[in-house]
Amino acid sequence: MSAANHVLPAGTPAPDFSLHATPDQLVSLSDFRGRPVILAFYPADWSPVCGDQMALYNELLDEFARFDAELIGISVDGAWCHLAFSHDRKLRFPLLSDFEPKGGVAKMYGAYREQDGTTERALFVIDAAGVIRWSYRSPVGVNPGADGILRALEALKPGAAAHE
Amino acid sequence: MSDDDVARLTLPVGPRDHSQGPVDAPVTLVEYGDYECPHCGRAYPIVKEVQRRLGSKLRFVFRNFPLSESHPHAEHAAEAAEGAAAQGRFWEMHDALFEHQQALDDRHLVGYAAAAGLDVPRFETELRGHAHKSRVREDFISGVRSGVNGTPTFFINGVRFDDSWDPDTLTEALKTATRAPATRRRL
Repeated sequence: MSAANHVLPAGTPAPDFSLHATPDQLVSLSDFRGRPVILAFYPADWSPVCGDQMALYNELLDEFARFDAELIGISVDGAWCHLAFSHDRKLRFPLLSDFEPKGGVAKMYGAYREQDGTTERALFVIDAAGVIRWSYRSPVGVNPGADGILRALEALKPGAAAHE
Repeated sequence: MSDDDVARLTLPVGPRDHSQGPVDAPVTLVEYGDYECPHCGRAYPIVKEVQRRLGSKLRFVFRNFPLSESHPHAEHAAEAAEGAAAQGRFWEMHDALFEHQQALDDRHLVGYAAAAGLDVPRFETELRGHAHKSRVREDFISGVRSGVNGTPTFFINGVRFDDSWDPDTLTEALKTATRAPATRRRL
């Protein structure tokens, strides 16, 4: 049992990072300061499951937009792999490549699976001030759905900026 | 998330739903499904089989969960089923769609409408105008809020069923639910 399997809890400032969204475009978490961000770590592109996690989120972009929230997927797959996967699944949100050093960002968030060399299925809702307001790690074989994300976004709503 | 280990149906079964079986049956099985999803296609005869086995002890409800960006015809197929429902023929269309998962383009949808004895011009107008889109979306969001994470997802008396839905396992779970103290909501 690894002691590292604890995702960063609510109340923690979200560690900043810059990762490739496409082979020639870097995205930083701080680019989204001022808006809520949903970080969705998932194990790998090309999951054979019908209606997988990313496909579900793709259907919910309108819901997330109601909260002005940005959705970002992250796995250790390379940027070219993400590009092909995104095209194939018609995803309309960025997939970041936690590829070099492998899983570096996932490790900062406590969302890396040493035994598999992949990211966990872990979700973080980060508020406009860059603080994690909700996090959840799902068993790796279980798609966590989106209900927790929507509830966390609703809980952010009243005071959008920061706590107190 | 501590109370989250069991996902529950947030929108109770009620008059808005399409159901088969007695309203006061001891077990209600709800499926969130997608007419173009091959797994739902596999589940279709299994649901029929458990309906046969449980008889009047089971009420079955189907709600729409089209993953339209993975399945290009799923949304229109769901709207077609709701269009049939508007004319009192939901289940005829539901069955036709699952029995012809490879032929769900609009031309075929209209064919199934005709075969089901629908008023075809009305059906076509509603389909073209997306008259039932909001209903389909309402189902979809109710599923998301209930912890539906893919298709098919089943709920037994309001609690998500995460076990295998092969006929024997599903039948056993439903039979167990008939014996459990009723936690279901009344209409």
